[in-house]
Amino acid sequence: MPKDLQLFPDSAATGAAGVDANYLYILAVSVFFAVGISLAILYFALRYKRKSEADVPKPIHGSIALELTWTIIPFLLAMTMFVGGAVVFFRNYQAPANSMEMFVVGKQWMWKIQHPSGVREINELHVPLNRPVKLTMTTEDVIHSFYIPAFRIKKDVVPGQYSTMWFEANKVGKYHLFCAEYCGTQHSGMIGSVYVMEEADYEAWLSGSVRGETMQQAGERLFNRLGCATCHKADNSGRGPTLVDLFGKPVKLQNGMSVIADEGYLRESVLKPSAKIVSGYAIEMPTFQGQISEEGLLQVISYIKSLSKSAQTAAPAPAAAPAPDAAKKGGN
Amino acid sequence: MSSAVNTLPMPENVGESYLTKGKGVMSWLLTKDHKRIALLYLLSITFMSLLGGFFAALIRLELITPGGDLLSAESYNKTFTMHGVIMVFFILIPATPAVLGNFLMPIMIGARDLALPRINLLSWYIYVLGAAFTLFSMLSGGVDTGWTFYTPYSSTYANSAVITAALGAFISGFSSILTGLNFIVTVHKMRAPGMTWFRLPLFVWAHYATALVQILGTPVVAMTILLVALERLFGFSFFNPNTGGDPILFQHMFWFYSHPAVYIMILPAMGVISELVTCFSRKKVFGYSFIAMSSVSIAVIGFIIWGHHMYVSGQSVYAGMVFSILTFIVAIPSAVKVFNWTATLYKGSISYDAPMLYAFGFFGLFLIGGLTGLFCANVAVDLHIHDTYFIVAHFHYIMVGGAIMGYLGGLHFWWPKITGRTYPELAGRISAIFVFLGFNLTFFPQFLLGYLGMPRRYHAYPEEFQILNMMSSAGASVLAIGYTLPMIYFVWSLFAGPKASANPWGAKGLEWTIPSPPPLENFTEIPIVTEEAYAYAPEEAEEHEVKHHV
Repeated sequence: MPKDLQLFPDSAATGAAGVDANYLYILAVSVFFAVGISLAILYFALRYKRKSEADVPKPIHGSIALELTWTIIPFLLAMTMFVGGAVVFFRNYQAPANSMEMFVVGKQWMWKIQHPSGVREINELHVPLNRPVKLTMTTEDVIHSFYIPAFRIKKDVVPGQYSTMWFEANKVGKYHLFCAEYCGTQHSGMIGSVYVMEEADYEAWLSGSVRGETMQQAGERLFNRLGCATCHKADNSGRGPTLVDLFGKPVKLQNGMSVIADEGYLRESVLKPSAKIVSGYAIEMPTFQGQISEEGLLQVISYIKSLSKSAQTAAPAPAAAPAPDAAKKGGN
Repeated sequence: MSSAVNTLPMPENVGESYLTKGKGVMSWLLTKDHKRIALLYLLSITFMSLLGGFFAALIRLELITPGGDLLSAESYNKTFTMHGVIMVFFILIPATPAVLGNFLMPIMIGARDLALPRINLLSWYIYVLGAAFTLFSMLSGGVDTGWTFYTPYSSTYANSAVITAALGAFISGFSSILTGLNFIVTVHKMRAPGMTWFRLPLFVWAHYATALVQILGTPVVAMTILLVALERLFGFSFFNPNTGGDPILFQHMFWFYSHPAVYIMILPAMGVISELVTCFSRKKVFGYSFIAMSSVSIAVIGFIIWGHHMYVSGQSVYAGMVFSILTFIVAIPSAVKVFNWTATLYKGSISYDAPMLYAFGFFGLFLIGGLTGLFCANVAVDLHIHDTYFIVAHFHYIMVGGAIMGYLGGLHFWWPKITGRTYPELAGRISAIFVFLGFNLTFFPQFLLGYLGMPRRYHAYPEEFQILNMMSSAGASVLAIGYTLPMIYFVWSLFAGPKASANPWGAKGLEWTIPSPPPLENFTEIPIVTEEAYAYAPEEAEEHEVKHHV
């Protein structure tokens, strides 16, 4: 039998309130206008019902004053709705600096998630309560969209680039994770669960999960295996520029432009080294397209990030004393 | 003015109905008469709508239960793709302009035909060719990309008949372009003496604005589809990131047309509503020039808001905000139309004939569709409702609720003119009520589903969404009755309906001054227009009011 009828979704993240507030505000204005106009139409239809075939009502051409009124008032109301949405949208766009980072790779038809500590999950995402979490996401094939209704948030995951989104869960529980962008046959099977857990439970879960090396360690291993270290040395003595202290800094390019060394730039430089050449260096680096997976790329980028001092200070807080048998409220 | 055309020597048997003059299949297939071409469109669009409706029924049947038990995931995806492709490209876009516009626009401006009759016939053949490609793609295994053909799924990953289906849409686009071109030339060159721009019925203004969108927007989607085909067939790289393309570029190009396409669907329906509201309240329309200009501004602003389909796609946050504010602005001219129609009813003489019931239904559905557009325009709310059933409900309210309500209202209104027969009035009223109730029962629950978070294009879904889905499917069966009834009694009326008089509704407008059905040449003598549109009251009274109100 079907479950009980629900009319309003659960809310489990700090961002949800802003979205709901916009929703309810527009709902109130809409109901006011819908009811008002419908009543007017109904009233006119009944009040001015045709009494006789000979009826010839007087024509009314119009009224500039009325036209202005019902143009300007809806316009002003619409602008308040725009501003309300823009404020929340902008906040949603800026992840707090102390966010915990996680990495998502979509593929037909699953979500692969890596925690910085090296824990991996498929179609499940465990996050601690009251900590901002930033997701860096990409896909191996078509466009997907990472959607958590209880957090009121979604973002398309586009091949060839990184998308980011962040949230701060504020209610323990298990919530839906959906793919919202049609991605082929098993689109509706590309679903999973988000588990919001108390900090201690989360740490317990982390320590209880099978874990090999951290993302940084895996990235370092890849970095050496692919031979990156032969050219990118700790100082500028190599054939390529050094990667120490690079992340987040501006890079001067050969063409005189300058870019910030973010995840997208690092990704492009590995896959298409000739796209942006650092000033003072020749195009010698081969492309690594096809030699490194999306997950591997995220690991290498994690490693490169760890080479800069600023990243180390913002690293996630070390695990509090893990209690392996702690209650696992969020489910596991 | 078109004196050259209008003074051509009269054919023999002046005044004979366009239906009887010329017999046999070939006289229809090779006709250059805009009225017969309109009927060819009516037949083919009705055929396609049966097909599109069949797929809609399959979707609603599948979604009664949360498990994917009726169709396989692959068949379900093909079903909603075919539903979308057929409904959008072969019904919603052509319905009102190609049937009602084609039939009425020349008559309303006092012309004997469209300016380019052969092009008009060509546009129908192109439509049929496009439909044939689409049907062929269905028979050759179907296509599963969704009607939006998003890359790189459509260009690289899908294993279905993408090329034929896309070519069907590509080809039908030219039919739309030619119709638009023909309408623009006709309005400019074929107006009868005295039919000045601001005496044009609002139906004509709406079609003129629509035609602008058709000829400026459609070529862009044609190019886009062509690029997808080139990428899929020959490995060109436009949208594939692995070879330097950009999948988001596709979305920009696709929505640059496909957003304005919504106005191709709704503007002509709005034109119909202006005719219905004035006739059934026997009153000059309130704020004529504001309604006319709101059509034009919707058409113009409609071209710069496509990015609201891409708030979460990864375009810049600032682009999202610009598209948001522009989208809120495009809501205003639509609101202005609704206010003016409502004001037209004030102190009118209102009757509740079936076409007017359809117009009332249009108000209800368009109000909900338009107001829920505000939720979608809001960048924050869209983060949550994007690609959910909220969007599905919203666009059905506009594109089906609004556009098809207008189309059916118009079809009832002009049916006596088109066929010379009247349909059973009571059955007409019942169908209008069934459509209105069935529509709301089908699509209103989907707003709730969407805000609860149910994504669209889901073959199977979590159990907690079932009750609302069952309501929606139940509503769909009521809606199906509402849409089927007119097909039955319209066909019946062709054979057994009472003969219609020239002006059964007591309406104004040149089409009501000629016999029903109209003679082949429309007017034996080209009329000279001396009054404004909707002059339901005698002149003196009007003069008096003019002083007061303008």
